[in-house]
Amino acid sequence: MEKLLKEISVDGYKAYSVPEADVPIKDPGKILEDKLLRKKQPGLPEISEAELNRHFTRLSKENYALSTNFYPLGSCTMKYNPPVNEKISKLSGLANLHPYQSEDTLQGALEILFELEKNLCEITGMDAFSLQPAAGAQGEFTGLLIARAYFNSKKEKRTKIIVPDSAHGTNPASAALAGFEIVSLKSESNGILNPAKVKEVLTNDVAAIMLTVPNTLGVFEKDILAVEEAVHKNGSLMYYDGANLNALLGVSRPGNMGFDILHVNLHKTFSTPHGGGGPGAGPVGVKKFLADFLPYPSVKKSSEKYFLNYNMPKSIGRVRSFYGNFPVLVKAYAYILASGAEGLKRVSEQAVINANYLLSILGKKLNSPAGNRCMHEFVLSGKDLTLNGVRTLDLAKRLLDYGYYAPTIYFPLIVEEAIMIEPTETETKAALDEFAQTFIKILEEAKTDPEKLKNSPQNTPVTRLNEVEAARKPILHW
Amino acid sequence: MDYISINDQEKKEMFSSIGVSKAEDLFSVIPEKAKVKGLNLPKGLSEQELVSKFEILAGKNISLKQMKSFRGAGIYEHFIPSLVDEITGRSEFLTAYTPYQAEASQGTLQTIFEYQSLITQLTGLDVANASMYDGASALAEAALVSIRSTGKKKLLVSSALHPEYFQVLKTYLQGLAIDIKTIPLDGGNTSTKDLKNLFDPDTASVIIQSPNFFGQIEDLEEIKKLCEPAGFLLISVVNPISLGILKSPGEAGSDICVGEGQVLGNPSGMGGFTFGFMSCKQSLAWKMPGRIVGQTTDTKGRRGFVLTLQSREQHIRREKATSNICTNSALNALAGCVYLSGWGPEGFKKLSTLNLSKSRYAFEEIIKIKGFSAAFSNHNFFNEFVIKTTKDVNKLQSKLLDEKILGPLELEKFFPEFKNCLLFCVTEARTKKDIDKLVDILKEC
Ligand SMILES: Cc1ncc(COP(=O)(O)O)c(C=O)c1O
Repeated sequence: MEKLLKEISVDGYKAYSVPEADVPIKDPGKILEDKLLRKKQPGLPEISEAELNRHFTRLSKENYALSTNFYPLGSCTMKYNPPVNEKISKLSGLANLHPYQSEDTLQGALEILFELEKNLCEITGMDAFSLQPAAGAQGEFTGLLIARAYFNSKKEKRTKIIVPDSAHGTNPASAALAGFEIVSLKSESNGILNPAKVKEVLTNDVAAIMLTVPNTLGVFEKDILAVEEAVHKNGSLMYYDGANLNALLGVSRPGNMGFDILHVNLHKTFSTPHGGGGPGAGPVGVKKFLADFLPYPSVKKSSEKYFLNYNMPKSIGRVRSFYGNFPVLVKAYAYILASGAEGLKRVSEQAVINANYLLSILGKKLNSPAGNRCMHEFVLSGKDLTLNGVRTLDLAKRLLDYGYYAPTIYFPLIVEEAIMIEPTETETKAALDEFAQTFIKILEEAKTDPEKLKNSPQNTPVTRLNEVEAARKPILHW
Repeated sequence: MDYISINDQEKKEMFSSIGVSKAEDLFSVIPEKAKVKGLNLPKGLSEQELVSKFEILAGKNISLKQMKSFRGAGIYEHFIPSLVDEITGRSEFLTAYTPYQAEASQGTLQTIFEYQSLITQLTGLDVANASMYDGASALAEAALVSIRSTGKKKLLVSSALHPEYFQVLKTYLQGLAIDIKTIPLDGGNTSTKDLKNLFDPDTASVIIQSPNFFGQIEDLEEIKKLCEPAGFLLISVVNPISLGILKSPGEAGSDICVGEGQVLGNPSGMGGFTFGFMSCKQSLAWKMPGRIVGQTTDTKGRRGFVLTLQSREQHIRREKATSNICTNSALNALAGCVYLSGWGPEGFKKLSTLNLSKSRYAFEEIIKIKGFSAAFSNHNFFNEFVIKTTKDVNKLQSKLLDEKILGPLELEKFFPEFKNCLLFCVTEARTKKDIDKLVDILKEC
């Protein structure tokens, strides 16, 4: 267990030094009004550079990461993050640009944005993108504001968004943030939508339906075209949550399925590392008839020169300062260029093969509510374990003991004791076999020695943590 | 190049276990109409080709390492201690995800807890969250907190707020019926007289940036007092580097404080390496959006950390969630954490003072030049200031660029009324020599 910064602080120590002043030093008290000045110094720690380095390095070792452990987090698509992406994004000519430099001095950066937009259009089958949204959820929010602006421009009052009960929690939260009312739609037991049930909730005040394809149970919506027809016939829009695009690269495209708006989680499908939960990027793509509503500015090209176009009178506005999470965009572009058309298709094929392979082994041991086929991820139910008082949570914690980051648990909400596994394409067969064997061993333990699971993990820096206590008596800083 | 390794034998075994004969069988549920026959993208590149392609692209830009920058306006060049990159580059931090499994993520969780602690120290407020996308969206979220917690529907926003923050704020609120009024300027500061006239009991919050977009320091305390007693929230937007010397937002009576964290150990990155920080009073903790890390104990009584107060969050409350934030800017905030940990209070004050002194020096030298004068009579600024000039601004800028200087921002771009006004930024990254060279060129213009 690592001490806190505050606990290793020693009066007078420091890690960084401020350069000697080469201009006359001004005493803030002499040149600024006293009432503007700080009276109490902030309690910043005092630590030598060597100790500070050790502190954070030791903390890094208390972490599971992709570089140290298999990370089968369903829906999060934790695939291998190639170091070359990181290296490229840190090239001085990309990392040290000011957003308000003149366009003449940013031609390389604007070219990257322009080309990335074009590539994303090709990959998803959409006509235009905004790269501005900083994460998937901000992309959802942006997409829904576009839907709102579109109906406003047509003077149609549409106040509702249909969200299946299987959707990610950000979907309804984003719709609410955008000022819509949410109509929850019940999916079938395998997570699939029934077009007849979609029609039942399609009233003339519905602006859009938000779908994740493959759905959150890892299954392709086989009736998607029927759903699309009904939605469009109702004058509503089709919104695609692109968090699961890793299953479809080069195979299928949301644009071809009839979606009008989508966001893509670049930090997932396009392998950009998102340390401890970000930064990500959630570009929003639309069909032509919605392009005018995208956030400004967009990157355009005229006679071999790239420029930022602010002249977008119908735009919903900005959702983030400047031009988005630029380094993440650079990394995603690098990944697309490295992969090429063939490579991207191979990604999805292998992601789907790997997931089905694991399902073919684990699906024999635990119930899989969506059946024996999946796309790039699948959901099992740990309900049978509860006979011995063991919960999915315990299974997850026991996996940590064996050196695996646990899969996503208790999501989607529609599956009891859900456990959602996404191996991704970058894991080898040997790695999958080893994981499967461990998983099965834990299922045996659940029968023979349930206490072992309930008392896990034991091989991690800390044992089971008391989340109830944390919420009841919040300690949120030192 | 791709990142997959599998051989034919392995593939065969996997297909046989699944019960298919080829990959296509796994995609047979997809209707033909939804399929694509190959993407129209070039062939993949080897790592060597890839790096060289990006070196060429990077070479088409002129970076701040090739120029001396006097431009700020929301993104600032500061020196970044080597330790920051060393830590954020560690793959154990870089390639981890949101710490859903606390026992396997203590490193990330503790650094977020340390980060939250440092932000509360700096801002003088009670609680901080684990980071937001950027300063602008953090402000929009703060405005939403004020609307939700007061039940009121009017916002008073200083005209000296960063224009892009204002744009983002407007976008965020367009789905809700909110009345946004801007408070006019008095010189380079928010007009307190106008604020008093605009203020009424329907006001959910007053939003003030300090130092503001023009570099001027605002008297937050006075603004808070002017409007009391009324149940509104004061939301301040601050530059954290200035807090080494300036009164903390908490001391000055802010209820919520937000800002852009890029200045804390992150490069300029074309405005891409951002993180929004947010802190607030205890009473608002349950209303704050985003992730929060809390301290607790394990089964052996040892200290540990978990994501907490989750009942505010989207995965539980869904359509009632107080925000939709999931992926945030954790890695950039980690840079902020490492950056803030190494100066000590004295060092940080010194750093802040150095910014103040350098910009003062530049200001005093520039206003001595014929054709350049201070735009405002009140000289309470931090590391940015506005100069009015009679010179041809286009010529001036291109002359500076020829001499490898990124000149000041032309305010007219955002504020048509500020014609011929230039916003200069001078941080500790500029030497006296850089400043003197700037001054010499301005003299020749
Ligand atoms: C299906 C789905 N939708 C949306 C999101 C939200 O994306 P982000 O975390 O980038 O905001 C996620 C990721 O958590 C997801 O898995």
